[in-house]
Amino acid sequence: MNKELFAKTAKKNYPKKPKVRNAIVAFLSGGLVAIIGQVILNIILNYTDYTLEEALPFVSITIIIITVILTGFGVYDKIGQICGAGLFIPISGFANSMASSAIESRSEGLVYGVGGNMFKLAGTVIVYGVVATYILGIIRFLLSLGGITI
Amino acid sequence: MSSARLNNTYVQGTFTVVGPMEMDGPIGSYFDAGYKDLYCGEKSFEKAEQMMVKRAIKGVIDKCNLTEADIGMAFGGDLCNQITAASFSMRDFKIPFAGVFGACSTSMLSLALASTFVESNQTKYALAFTSSHNATAERQFRFPTEYGAQKPPCTTYTVTGAGSCIVSSIPSDIKITGITFGEVVDLEHKDINDLGSAMAPAALKCLQLHLEAFNIEPSYYDMIVTGDLSKVGRAVLLDMAKEYGIELNNHYDCGLIVYDINKQKVFSGGSGCACSAVTTYSYLFHLLETRKIKKLLVMATGALMSPTTFQQKDSIPCVAHAVAFEVM
Repeated sequence: MNKELFAKTAKKNYPKKPKVRNAIVAFLSGGLVAIIGQVILNIILNYTDYTLEEALPFVSITIIIITVILTGFGVYDKIGQICGAGLFIPISGFANSMASSAIESRSEGLVYGVGGNMFKLAGTVIVYGVVATYILGIIRFLLSLGGITI
Repeated sequence: MSSARLNNTYVQGTFTVVGPMEMDGPIGSYFDAGYKDLYCGEKSFEKAEQMMVKRAIKGVIDKCNLTEADIGMAFGGDLCNQITAASFSMRDFKIPFAGVFGACSTSMLSLALASTFVESNQTKYALAFTSSHNATAERQFRFPTEYGAQKPPCTTYTVTGAGSCIVSSIPSDIKITGITFGEVVDLEHKDINDLGSAMAPAALKCLQLHLEAFNIEPSYYDMIVTGDLSKVGRAVLLDMAKEYGIELNNHYDCGLIVYDINKQKVFSGGSGCACSAVTTYSYLFHLLETRKIKKLLVMATGALMSPTTFQQKDSIPCVAHAVAFEVM
């Protein structure tokens, strides 16, 4: 069996990803998530006494709750297949990765199953999110020593 | 010697159990039993898979009017860690059991082993079975079932089902005329989403070994059927076969028979141990029994990676095993 021939043949027959379609759908669906968030924010600001800073976390929490409910009912993965990065990049992607891992591991119990596996996919986001924040924090501190504030 | 010609081994009976997607597929009416949901009335997907295996084994024994004591030997396997679907199911049967793992090639691997036992008169009846479950396989090799990542078009959809087959030295309609155990082939393919392409060279190698051993041309068979190459892998196989001077005009793939890829959302086609098992043991055997085809070669293909080897960026070794059937 010839490796070069195989690589060439496999490449030739590899079905093209619909990149343009994916990008457009991701742009529209990601924008839709943002619009939903904005509507929630406006409702909170107009009908409650919360300030903007207090209201913002509620926006994220509402998106998370909607995602978790859709994941639980087995709908999110179907929407995710269509929307791609549009739902993957916002906090909905993060919420889905945790909810789906938790549901999947339920059969192994609450401690080793749900507790141990919930961060299986999301854990890496948290670890490297913290590491990145730490590095950026140091850079910001060093810049501030030179009189530059960000 | 990778191949053996068999003279007195016959298919006594088969039983196939499938899930909802397979029932809705083009050959849905050929299966013996089906479940409407992936849980099959059980608490976990793993238990559901075991349930299907047990039903397939019990079903084939009943269908052949036999008892457990008649079956001298059973070979079976699946895609779960430590092939638990197969071995846990065998707790309920008093049949000597050898678990085998050949990934998605397990269907023909187990059948070929069972056939050698009958051919060499070690036992009168031998059982071969295999299973796969979409949710247990997704969990084992990919992501949680409800995870919403976008899958590329080259990926495949694991068939939910279990298939069993009893072979014996008592003559019947379908004779097993030859078996070929393939070599493990690795051409450094690393894309876990495109297993069809990865397995194509293994299928070609197995076909070459088979044709050479029996000194025949592909046209000898009415149908040459691969296990689960899907649309992408099939194209790779046909292109490569041409380069090696093998003309394959009679090639089909179980992954494209069990699902209608234009109507069902299965990406490039079906995959999994059950893909080749349920297709062969129902629809393809039906074609033989009704004399629509007379000579059939089934090559079940398997990708032998584990989630660990894949994450360690190792390539994907693959294997294929072939069994030839002829109508008497």
